[in-house]
Amino acid sequence: MIVARKKFLAQAGGIVVAFSMPAAAFAQPSPTKPAGPSVPETNPVGGTGLPSNVDGWLAIDRAGIVTVHFGKVELGTGIATAIAQIVADELDVPFASITVKDADTSDTPDQGYTAGSASLSAGAIPVRQAAAEARLAVLDLAAAHFGVPADKLVTADGAVTVRGEKRHATYADLLAGQPLRRSIAKATKVKDPDDYRVVGKSIPRVDLPGKVFGSYVYLQNLRIPGMLHGRVIRPAPIGATIASVDEASIAHLKGVRIVRRDAFLGVVAPSEWTAIQAMRRLKVTWTGGGLEPVTDLATAVKAVPMLSERAIVNTGDVSTLGSNAISASYLWPYQTHGSIGPSCGVADVRKEKATLWSSTQGIFFLRSAVATLLALPNSAVEVKYVEGSGCYGHNGSDDATADAALLSQAVGAPVRVQWMRDQEHGWDPKGPAMVVSHSAALDAAQQKIAAWRTDVWSPSHSTRPQGDVGNLLDGKLTNAPEAKVTFVGGDRDAKVNYAIPNYRVTMHNLKDGILHSSAMRGLGGTQNTFANESFMDELATAAKADPLAFRRAHLANDARALDLLAAIEKLGAWQARPAATNIDRNAAMAHGRGLSFVRYENTEAYVACIADVLVDRKTGNVRVERLAIAHDCGLIVNPNGLRNQIEGNAIQAMSRTLKESVAFNISGVTSLDWHSYPIARFSDVPEITIALIDRPHEPILGAGEATTTVIAPAIGNAIHDATGVRLREVPFTPDRVNAALRAASTA
Amino acid sequence: MSIKITVNGHAHDVRATPDTPLLYVLRDELQLDGPKFGCGLAQCGACTVIVKGRATRSCVLPVGSVNAPVTTVEGLGTAAHPHPVQTAFITEQAAQCGYCTSGMVVAAAALLEQHHAPTDAQIHQALDGNLCRCGSHLRVVRAVKRAAGARA
Repeated sequence: MIVARKKFLAQAGGIVVAFSMPAAAFAQPSPTKPAGPSVPETNPVGGTGLPSNVDGWLAIDRAGIVTVHFGKVELGTGIATAIAQIVADELDVPFASITVKDADTSDTPDQGYTAGSASLSAGAIPVRQAAAEARLAVLDLAAAHFGVPADKLVTADGAVTVRGEKRHATYADLLAGQPLRRSIAKATKVKDPDDYRVVGKSIPRVDLPGKVFGSYVYLQNLRIPGMLHGRVIRPAPIGATIASVDEASIAHLKGVRIVRRDAFLGVVAPSEWTAIQAMRRLKVTWTGGGLEPVTDLATAVKAVPMLSERAIVNTGDVSTLGSNAISASYLWPYQTHGSIGPSCGVADVRKEKATLWSSTQGIFFLRSAVATLLALPNSAVEVKYVEGSGCYGHNGSDDATADAALLSQAVGAPVRVQWMRDQEHGWDPKGPAMVVSHSAALDAAQQKIAAWRTDVWSPSHSTRPQGDVGNLLDGKLTNAPEAKVTFVGGDRDAKVNYAIPNYRVTMHNLKDGILHSSAMRGLGGTQNTFANESFMDELATAAKADPLAFRRAHLANDARALDLLAAIEKLGAWQARPAATNIDRNAAMAHGRGLSFVRYENTEAYVACIADVLVDRKTGNVRVERLAIAHDCGLIVNPNGLRNQIEGNAIQAMSRTLKESVAFNISGVTSLDWHSYPIARFSDVPEITIALIDRPHEPILGAGEATTTVIAPAIGNAIHDATGVRLREVPFTPDRVNAALRAASTA
Repeated sequence: MSIKITVNGHAHDVRATPDTPLLYVLRDELQLDGPKFGCGLAQCGACTVIVKGRATRSCVLPVGSVNAPVTTVEGLGTAAHPHPVQTAFITEQAAQCGYCTSGMVVAAAALLEQHHAPTDAQIHQALDGNLCRCGSHLRVVRAVKRAAGARA
C-alpha cells in the first residue's frame, strides 16, 4: 500500500504549496541537533514546522485527487477524517476526493509529536491555511483561463464556475498536472465558519471499513519482501547485564540468529513462531540490576532525588495556613498504556540507508535517536508512519522500532519485531505515579476559599525519543550517554481555574520515576485533577455547601465555565445539597452522585462530569452506573468523532480509576498480563450521556485527553456522597473501598 | 511438515509444525490480517476466529488440533458483500484504533448464530473476553443489536 502511494505521488503532477508562516509560530529547537534539543516545559508537542526536505502540504493530481501531507498521524482517533473535512471546506473540493497520506520523514512537514490533544487545535491551522492558498492559486489560473477577474469566479466541488454563466472548469483541468509553487501568505483569509459545509458534520471515519473487514494495514500486518521475524529478550532483573548466553540451548531451531550488543539481546528467525520459541528457550544468565524495594509508594515517589523545585503559582500569602487548615494528600499509581496489540517495529537497515516503519508519535524525533543508535547520519534514515494498535501516549512503539533497527542492522535483512504481552506490560514507559498534597482554609464566612497551597511530586511525563538516543530503551541497553531530562507535564492542571485570593502551587520536579515513565493520556492533568477536584469537594463539605454551587462561586468570572456547569447540571439531573447528606446506611448498595470540572491545561477544553455510582457495602465493589459529561472544545469538526473520543476517554479513565495499578518488585514489573493488570470489560461499562457545546466561532480545542481528567474525581466524589468515605488513592479496588468502609465504621 | 486446514472455505496445505498456534499460520502462512496477536494467552480476544460455530482463540490453538473449517473476519464478509455485523459496526462507528475490532466482529457473529436477538446481558457475556482499550464498548453493543435487528 505504501509503495503504491509513493508511486502514485511520484506520478502525480500538481500543485505544491510551500508554507511560509513566520517560524516563531512553531519555534522549536531543531530535533536534529546532536546536543539534544529541549522543548518548553509545558509543550510536549515540539516540531520544527518547516523542514527543508518537505515540498508541500497538499497536491492535486490530474484526476482531481487531493493528497494531504499532514504532520500529525492517525492514532485511531479519526484525525485523518477530521483534517480531510477541514481541507474539503477550505479548498472547496468533495470530501471523497481527499487522501491523507501517512506521515513519512521524506515528504511530510515536521509538525512535532502527535500528542497533547493538539492535532486539530494546532496541527490543522497550517493545513487549513495551505488549502486556502491553494484555492487562490486555482482561482488565479481560472481567471487567466476565462479572461475574467477572480472575483467573478465561484469555487465548489473541485471546480471553478464563472458567476452567472455556464462556463466552468475543474481544478484538475486547470492545473493539468503542472507543478505550481506558491508561498502561503499569512494574510490569506480562511473561510468564515458560517460557510462550512463539511466541518461540523458527522462524516463516517475513512479508516473504519478496512478495520471492520480485516483488510486495514496496521504496522503489525506489514510484510516487506525478504522480511525475517525478530523477538527481543529483556534483562531480568531490570537493569541487569548479560553474563552469558548459551547458544547451544536453541541449536535445534533452524535458521535462528542471536543478536547481542551490550545488554541488548534478540533473536531473528525465518518464521515468527520459530523466533518466539527461540526467545523462550534461549538460556541467558544475567548479572546485577534490580530496583530498590518499595514498601510505601507515596514515600518512595517523594524520595526520588529532585531535579528542581519551583512555584508555578504564587499569589497573595499562604503562610497563614497552619495546623487548622484542611489538608489532604492524594496518590496516583503507575499505570500502563495497555494497547491491545503489543508494540511492533519493522526495519530494513542496510549499510548506506535505513528504512523504519513505525507507529511512533514523532517520526522526526525518532529518526535522529535511531540514527545515533545505528551510527548513521539522519539523512540516511527514513521513518514511515504506519498505524498500530491504539496509542494513548508514549507506549512501546518507539522502542520496538529501535529493536527492529538493531536486529536488521545485525542480520542485514528486513526484520519485523512484535513484543510479547508480558514485554508490553513490563517494558512500555509507564504513566507515572504522583503525589499531590493540598492545604486550604475557608474565609471568615466559611463560604469561599481564602487560601490554598498545593505541593506536587512528579517526574517528567515525557521521556520521548526527542532526538536523543539515551531516551530509547535500546540506548540504555547499549550504554548510550544518559539522556538529558526535560521536565514535561507534571504541572499540567496542577493549578486550578478557580479564583483563589491566596494561592501557591509548588512543583517538586523529580529526576526520574521509580519505574521508567513517560506520557500517558492527560499527563499530570489526570493525577492533578483527581487531587484538585476531590479536594474541592472536601472544601465544599467543610463549607457545608452544594458541590456545584461551591464551584460556581469560584468561577464567577468565566462565562464559558458557567455555561458548562449549567449544561452538566441539567444533563446529570443534579440535586443541590451538600455531599454525603443523604446516606442510607441500611442499603446494601449505596448510591451516590459526584461532580468534577476542569479547564484542561487551564486554557483548553472545558469538561464537567457527573458520576452515579453504586457501592456494595459488603464487598466494597464500586459499580459506575452512569457518567454524564458536558464538553466545550470550541468549534466541533465531527460531532460523532468527538463523542467517540469522549466515550473512549471516559471508559478508559473509569478503568484506570477502578482497576489499574502496575505491580512491581525489586526485579521489575510483575503485573504482566490481563489477569494481573485488569482493565474495564463490557460488563463494567456504564451508560454515558454527553452534552456537546458547539462554538463555531471559537478556536478548535483538543478533545483527545480532557475528559480523562475529570472521571476519577467524579467517581471518588460519588463514592463519598454514597458512603461518607473519602478515597485519596487510585485505584478504588473493592479491597481498598472495603478497608475504607470498615475503618469509617469503627472510627 | 504439511498440515491440511480449511479457512474461509478454501482448503490449504500449510507448512508448520503441529504445535504452531493457528494464529501464526493464519497471519504468516495464509497472510490473513484480520486475526491479531494481542496476548498469546487467550485473555484478550484480538485473535478470535470461528471454529465449529464457536468463537475460538486462535493464539492458543495448535494448528495440528484444528479438525474443522475455520472462519476469520475476512470470511464473514467483504466490502462488496458485508456481513450484517460488519455493516452495523460501520453504521455505529463502533471502533477507534480498531485493533480489537476483527475479534469483536467475529465474536458478535458467532453470538448471533446462537442468539438471534441477544439481550444486553448476553452480549456482555459473549464479548466480556474481548478487550477494547480505546473504549468503544457502548458502540459495539449498539452495533450487535443493530445487526440482530437487520437479520430478524
